[in-house]
Amino acid sequence: MAYIPHTEKDRQEMLDVIGVERIEDLYDAIPEDVRFPDLDLPPALSEMEILEELQRYAETNVNTKHFHYFLGAGAYNHFIPSVVNHMLLRSEFHTAYTPYQPEISQGTLQVIFEYQSLIANLTGMDVSNASHYDGATALAEAVILALHEHRFKRKKIILSPGINPQFREVVRTYMQGLDLEISGDEDLENGQDNLRSMIDGDTTLVAVQYPDFFGHIYDFSNFAEAVHAAGALFCVVVNPLALGYLKPPSEFGADVVVGEGQPLGIPLSFGGPYLGIFATLDRYVRKMAGRLVGETEDSRGQRGYVLTLTPREQHIRRQRATSNICTNQGLIALASTVYMSAMGKQGLRQVAELCYQKAHYAANEIDSLGGYRLWNNDPFFNEFVISCPHPVAEINDFLLDREIVGGFDLGRTYEKLEHHMLLAVTELNSKDQIDALVSALKEFDHA
Amino acid sequence: MPEALIYELSSPGRYAVAFPESDVPHAAPPDGLERDDLPLPELSELDLVRHFVRLSQYNHSIDTGFYPLGSCTMKYNPKINEDIARMPGFAFAHPLQGEKISQGILAIMYELQEWLKEIGGFAGISLQPAAGAHGELTGLLIIRNYHRDRGDHTRTKMLIPDSAHGTNPASTTMAGLELIELPSDARGNIDLEKLREVCDDSLAGLMLTNPNTLGLFEEHVQEVVRVVHECGGLMYGDGANMNPLLGIVRPGDLGFDVMHFNLHKTFSTPHGGGGPGSGPVGVAQGLVDFLPAPIVDIVEPGDEGTAPTFGLVKPLKSIGRMKSFHGHFGMHVRAYTYMRMQGKAGIRAIADHAVLNANYLRVRLRDAYEIPFDRVCMHEFVMEGMWPDAPDIHALDISKRIMDFGFHPPTNYFPLIVKEALMIEPTETESKETLDAFVEAMLKIADEAHTSPETLRSAPHSTPFGRMDEVKAARELVLCCRPAYIPKA
Amino acid sequence: MDYPEDLRYTTNDEWLRVEGEIAVTGVSDYAQDQLSDVVYVEITAEVGDTLSQGDAFGMVESVKAAADLYMPVSGTLTEINEALSDTPELVNREPYTAAWMIKYRLAEPEQVDQLMDSTAYIAHLKGKNS
Repeated sequence: MAYIPHTEKDRQEMLDVIGVERIEDLYDAIPEDVRFPDLDLPPALSEMEILEELQRYAETNVNTKHFHYFLGAGAYNHFIPSVVNHMLLRSEFHTAYTPYQPEISQGTLQVIFEYQSLIANLTGMDVSNASHYDGATALAEAVILALHEHRFKRKKIILSPGINPQFREVVRTYMQGLDLEISGDEDLENGQDNLRSMIDGDTTLVAVQYPDFFGHIYDFSNFAEAVHAAGALFCVVVNPLALGYLKPPSEFGADVVVGEGQPLGIPLSFGGPYLGIFATLDRYVRKMAGRLVGETEDSRGQRGYVLTLTPREQHIRRQRATSNICTNQGLIALASTVYMSAMGKQGLRQVAELCYQKAHYAANEIDSLGGYRLWNNDPFFNEFVISCPHPVAEINDFLLDREIVGGFDLGRTYEKLEHHMLLAVTELNSKDQIDALVSALKEFDHA
Repeated sequence: MPEALIYELSSPGRYAVAFPESDVPHAAPPDGLERDDLPLPELSELDLVRHFVRLSQYNHSIDTGFYPLGSCTMKYNPKINEDIARMPGFAFAHPLQGEKISQGILAIMYELQEWLKEIGGFAGISLQPAAGAHGELTGLLIIRNYHRDRGDHTRTKMLIPDSAHGTNPASTTMAGLELIELPSDARGNIDLEKLREVCDDSLAGLMLTNPNTLGLFEEHVQEVVRVVHECGGLMYGDGANMNPLLGIVRPGDLGFDVMHFNLHKTFSTPHGGGGPGSGPVGVAQGLVDFLPAPIVDIVEPGDEGTAPTFGLVKPLKSIGRMKSFHGHFGMHVRAYTYMRMQGKAGIRAIADHAVLNANYLRVRLRDAYEIPFDRVCMHEFVMEGMWPDAPDIHALDISKRIMDFGFHPPTNYFPLIVKEALMIEPTETESKETLDAFVEAMLKIADEAHTSPETLRSAPHSTPFGRMDEVKAARELVLCCRPAYIPKA
Repeated sequence: MDYPEDLRYTTNDEWLRVEGEIAVTGVSDYAQDQLSDVVYVEITAEVGDTLSQGDAFGMVESVKAAADLYMPVSGTLTEINEALSDTPELVNREPYTAAWMIKYRLAEPEQVDQLMDSTAYIAHLKGKNS
C-alpha cells in the first residue's frame, strides 16, 4: 500500500482509542447493500514496474525532442530554460496549498504578485489577475466581466472569426444557459469593417485576436474607437510571447486582454495544464473574476502580500459571485514568472524576433516553390497559411516519414480552407530544419 | 526579512538566457506594429535562482509539514508522478499532432477514464474539466441539456444544502439555473421534510457533497436520491470528499447521476499553491451522450497481439467544449501513475486509513474542543474554535497559533453552519506520530486559550511574517509593480 | 450600538430618514459592525432611476463580507454620496451622517410607516442574535 505509513501496531492502537474493533466498523452510516463493492481493478505495481510500463507508453508518442515541429495553432514549441523546471520542482512551491494563510505563504503570494506585475507590464494593462485555466476559459471570463459591467442588460457578443476556433467554442459552451447572441464569426471573411457594422447598443463585448489564429497582425486602434463609441468593451486575445516584439494591445485601447500563456515556458504536455492570462483596466478590477494578490504590511511593519478583494469570490458571494472559479493555475503561473524573469527585457524580445524572422524565411521559401502559395499578403508574426496543391493530410503523412510534424489542417475546421495548412515557426526551428521542410514539400508535389 | 521584488533586483544590461544569432536572412519589421519598450526585469541566473529559492522558503508545504486542512485532502504528492509526467513522450507532445502518433497518451487517458468509471460507478467520463469548480459547471450544463433534450424546458431549479461549498451556488448561476437552498437537520443531514416540499416539476436536480462538509456520510442519501429521482430531477455529486469512499461505496451505486472528481485531492496531483487542478466528470448511462467533447474511445478494437487504436470522439449531444484541447493531460498522467501504484487493494486502503486517521483525531480532541455533530466521521470532522469561558478567543486565533508548532491551520469558518468552525482532515499519508504531535499542540492551545489568551491573540510568533493587514490591502489596492521607468497611471 | 429614534429601519439593516419629500438611506450601526472594516461602497443605481421597494441599489464590501443594499421604500434617485467611493471607512465611523448613501424622492410615502422604528429594530436585532 503505497504512501500509507501505518504499521499493524499503529492501526490497533488507533482503533483502541476510537473504541471500535475493526476499521470496517467506521462505515456503519453507509447503506449495506452498496457497501464494499468488489472493484474490477488490477493489483498494485511497484515504482520500478510503473516506471517501465509508462516509459513504454511514452515512447509510442512522437514528440518535439525527436521530430521537427511546424505545428502551432494555439500551442507552441519554444525553448524552456532549465531554471524554470528547477524552480517549479521546489517542494515548497510544488506541494503548497492555496495561500489563504499569508503568514506561511509569502512565497506563493509574492510570486503571484510578481506574475501579475509581469503580465500587466507585458500587456500594457493596469492589472492582471492570478490567472485562469487557459486562454479559452479566460476569454469566457472576459465575456462574463462585460455582462456584469452592463448588468446583463446588453446581450450581444461579437467574436472575430480570427479568434482560435476552440476559444469560440468554449465561449459558446459557457454561455449556453444565459440567453445571449454570439455572432461575428459565422463568416471567415468578416474583417474589421464587417465586424464594425455589427456593433450596436446591445453589444457588450467585441473580441479579436492578435496575432490572430492565422498568424496575422493588424492595427486595431480605429476599430477599438468604434467599439467604445457603442459603449461596448474591447477584448484582445494575445499570444503573450509575440508581445516581446509587437505593440501591446493597450496601445489599441483594449479594455481586457486575455491569452494562452503556454508560450511563456510551459511544456506542450498534449494540451495542458496551460495558463489563462487575464489583464484589464483598473476600473474593471472588481468585476474581474479569479484570484488577486495585493500588497500590504504585516503586524511587524514588514511588506507582505495577501489575497485581496475576496468578497467577490464564491465562498462569500455564493450565487452572486463574479464567477465560480476558485483556483488559479498556481504552478504554471510560477513557471511563466520564472520564464519571463529569466528571458527578461532582452531575451523575450530576441525570442519573439527570432520567431518572426524564421517564419518569414520559411514563408518566402515555401511561397517560391510554385505549387504552394501564401494565402494572402497580410502581415504575420510566426504563423502563416499556405494553400497546398494536395490534401493537407497526405502532405503531413509524407512529412511524418521524414520526421517532420507539419502544420494544422485548416480544412478540418473551416470548409472554405480545404487544402490550406497553418504553419508555425519558432526559435527552435533552425534554418536547416526549415530547408528540410521546404525540400520535403517540393518532393511531395513532384512525386 | 521580506524578499525584494523581481523588479527591484533588476539592473539594466543583465541577462540570464542568451540565444544564438538568427541564421536566416533578415525580414523587415512589421509596419507600425513594432514595440518600443519591453518593461521586463533584467537579472543574472544566479540572482534569479536565489530570489525564487528564498521566496519558496517562506511557504508551508506538504513536503515540509502537516496540513490538517479540511475539504482539501492534502495528501503526499509522490515524486515518481513528476518523473513520469516529464518523460519527453508526454511533456513534449503537441495536442494537435494527431491521434496516430499519440497512441500512448490516448491509452493513458482511456485507462484513466476506465479507472474513474469503475471507482465511481459511472458509465462515462470526461477528463476535460480543469478543476473542481470547472467540473461543477460541466456537470450542471449536462443536467440542463439533459432536461432540455427531453423537452423539459421548465426544469431550472437546483437544490443545494446550506452546508455546501460556495462554488456550488456560483456554478449554478453560471449554468443559467436557479438556486434553492436546503437547510440541514440536527444531525447534519439534509432536512427530508423540506426536501419533499420543494420537489416538483421545476426541479432540475440536487447538488450534494457526500460525505458532506461536516465530514459526515449523509444518512438518508438513498431516500434523498429516491425523492429527487421520483420527481424527475438528477443527482449531482460534488466529489471533493471522494477520498473516504474509495472502494467503500460507489457514488454511482448510490444513485448519483453526475459527479466531478478532484485529481488534485483524491489522486495525489500537486496543489501547487492553488493549481493547476483537474476535475474529471463522471456520468450515468443516460447522460453519456452529453459529455463535453472530445473524449477518448477505442476506434478500432485490438486483438491478441495488437493493441486497440484510440481516438478522440465527440459524444452525440455534447454540451460542447469546456476548455482548449483535452484537459490537463499532465495531471491525468500523474493521477494514473498513482492509481496503478495503489491497485485494487491500495485504493480501498486509502479510504480506510483516511477514515481511521480522522476518527483518531476526533476522539483525541473531543474533550478539549466542542464537536457539534459528534458521531463517527469519514475523512474529516468539524469542531468549534471557541469556548464560552474564553470569550476573547476565536477560531482564527487558534489557527494562527498552530503555525507556531509547525502545522498548517485547519480550514476556518467553513462550513458556515458551525460557529467558529475548525475543519480537520488528516489524510491517510500521515503517520500516528505526526497525528500525536498535532494533538499535543492542539491540547496545549486549548489550555493556553484559558490561561494565556494573549499568546493566541498575538500569534503567530515564530513565522517569518506576522498577521497581514487585509484592510490596507483592500483599500489601497496595490496589485502590480511597475519598473521604475514606467510612470504609474 | 446607536439607533437614532428619528430613523426607520429595514430587516436588511438599511436606515431611512425622511426630509420632506426626499428620503435618505444608509446602513445601520449594527450592519457596519457586522461587516467590520468597510473597504468599498458601490452604488449601482444612477440618479434619475426609479426603483421599487426591495430593489438592489448597490453593494458594500469589507475584507470578509459583501452585502447588497436594497431600497427600503420605492423612489426616484436624486443624489448619490460620491465621497464613499474614496472614503468607504466613513461607513464604520459615521453610518448615520457622513456615510449616507442615496437620496431619493418618495414614490409611496405611506411605505415609510411600515418600516421599523428604533425600538422595533432593537427588538428585531435581539431576536436575530438569541
